[in-house]
Amino acid sequence: MTSAPDLSPLFEPAGIVVAGASSHPGKFGFAVLHNIITCGYQGNIFATNRSGGTLLGIDCLSSVAEVPAGQADLVYVCVPASGVAGVLREAASVGIRAAFIASSGFGEGHDEEGQVHAAELVTLAAELDMAIAGPNGQGLVSTPALLCAQFVGPFPPRGGVSIVSQSGNLASGAMNYAAASGVGVARTISAGNATCLGLDDYIAWLADDPETTAIVAYIEGVDDARRFYETVSQATKRKPVVVVKGGTSDEGARAAASHTGSLATNDRIFDGMLRQAGVWRASDIGAAFGAAAALAIHEPMHGPNVAFLTTAGGWGVLTADAMSSSSVQLMNLPPDLMSQLDDVMPPRWSRGNPIDVAGGETRDTIPSALHLLAAHPSVDAVLMLGMGIQSNTAALMRRGRFSELEDIERICSFHERQDQRYAQAIVDASAQTGTPVIAASELALSNPENPGPATLHANGHPCYTSPSDAVAAFAALYARGRYLRSV
Amino acid sequence: MTTTLSEADSKLLLAEYGLPVLDERTVPDSLSAGAAADQMGLPVVVKLCGDAIAHKTERNLVRLGLQTADAVQAAATELLALATDQDGPVELLVAPMVRATREFIVGADRSDEFGPVVMLGIGGIFAEALEDVVFRLLPASDSALESMLDDLVTQAMLNEFRGEPAVDRAELLAVVRSVASAMTARSDIASIDINPVLISEGKAIAVDALVALR
Repeated sequence: MTSAPDLSPLFEPAGIVVAGASSHPGKFGFAVLHNIITCGYQGNIFATNRSGGTLLGIDCLSSVAEVPAGQADLVYVCVPASGVAGVLREAASVGIRAAFIASSGFGEGHDEEGQVHAAELVTLAAELDMAIAGPNGQGLVSTPALLCAQFVGPFPPRGGVSIVSQSGNLASGAMNYAAASGVGVARTISAGNATCLGLDDYIAWLADDPETTAIVAYIEGVDDARRFYETVSQATKRKPVVVVKGGTSDEGARAAASHTGSLATNDRIFDGMLRQAGVWRASDIGAAFGAAAALAIHEPMHGPNVAFLTTAGGWGVLTADAMSSSSVQLMNLPPDLMSQLDDVMPPRWSRGNPIDVAGGETRDTIPSALHLLAAHPSVDAVLMLGMGIQSNTAALMRRGRFSELEDIERICSFHERQDQRYAQAIVDASAQTGTPVIAASELALSNPENPGPATLHANGHPCYTSPSDAVAAFAALYARGRYLRSV
Repeated sequence: MTTTLSEADSKLLLAEYGLPVLDERTVPDSLSAGAAADQMGLPVVVKLCGDAIAHKTERNLVRLGLQTADAVQAAATELLALATDQDGPVELLVAPMVRATREFIVGADRSDEFGPVVMLGIGGIFAEALEDVVFRLLPASDSALESMLDDLVTQAMLNEFRGEPAVDRAELLAVVRSVASAMTARSDIASIDINPVLISEGKAIAVDALVALR
């Protein structure tokens, strides 16, 4: 492989061939063809099967060599390992430039035969000039192409986060978070054994991919740490990268920690390397997606100052606590901002940060305050708590036996419209000012249909399920801002 | 196979790359040790120094807090008598006595996986319990080195502490930068350890240094 392989045939193929399609719905070779067809892929779809026949409306070919030349760019391979090389040669002969190999048996069990097959793949990639993903992976997703070339779910909503994973099910995990968060996915690749294309190849390509606004990578190990570092250092200058690194508990504590050599465990160096490369490291996939969601849709923070608007007291106290142990801070409100707020807030507002409306809000209080805060030059980010509370009250009233009363209907509709307004104000204030405005409410978890979180999600914004998750998102945005200024 | 440099030669090498060092003297015998101590001002520390001597503390080759020239001479005589044939040529290192409550460790190493790396960590008696260390790959930009201080978990160690001023971050960074520069420039260096770096009146002072060549 050259240093920067072109992966567009993998993610934007004009046609795709499933080699080893199966008529059995429990087999990978069935599920992948099913997912490609049903998720709406618009390119040419071919399938090969030794016994021919028709599968899911596709007339199967008996070999990849029968695909009309130039009609496909990508072959998804699920034949046994011993047959893969033959499929790839046939694919190259009909102009296919990329392959995803789902088949296992390429040395992941450290068996000799598998390692021979793996070495053969490396040779073939160079000989056929083919971008080879996998083997032993679950597949890839490319929402702009409506392509779901994987034998599992989900097919997430379209968005800016791209996912590179050395574990298939963590790729699915990240996509499930995407579906729940409202912040969708551009590309996902399960790298499998990463025999030919490595994590760094994917990250390098995604950094230049116009569909991708943030990258999440799950890493267990890299073959060439220096090369990985160089590639990722370049990628982070263009796109934010969030990494979850598995296997940290394998690092047995070494003896006496008295000199550099004994303290230099691989995880510690890896951690320093990620920091140096401008990567945000997260402890698990949920936290990684939380950070990536903010990085994908918001501008980086220029400073640590967070203004924090709340309609509810208790969460405010805990959030202030969470902020005090993070890199961002509850800012002091400058006098001019205080007097601007005086004009829109109820008389009994807290006159400090947290900016607590103390239950005295009227129709436009929250939207006006959100816009004021986001537009003020000393405010680096805005947090809003209390999203969805009114609709939650309305939900209970609507379920009660007095729901038919006209007054109840009227107030419920008002509550719900208010939450929609708040959510819309968050979306608009972020877009108009470039200041990240973020909401957190556990209602996003308990009732995603609530008009507050639902409106945010419909606009591609997350609604964090706890204030501490929102604080973590701010920390990632602030780290990104600092990194970009340092390079 | 690596060979070590003496403490004095290690510091001399690192000083070329900007390591701030104390006014220290190396002398051949106990009489000149006493004279050197008088000149630099008491109290002092005297150590037995030689290329093959990598672990002075373990071998009890350091005498701390010597208050008079006589005490310095006596300690020097005692140390010279502890030299063994394997030690090869030895000399005495006389240095001002530094008192500090805070210690850091700064070093560099060559990792099989990552290549040359630089490290900053919390040193002293709690070092092993805290294991608070930060690495960067070399070569590293100045901002990457500077952020190592931010990445220490125990930030309280950098702030005002028990009536002492906060650590002069530029001074501690200068120690890290000198180690990083030496490791980057000299491919013959296998590892560097500056342990401890003492914090005295906020200033960072490299009290011991060990360079291993490969």
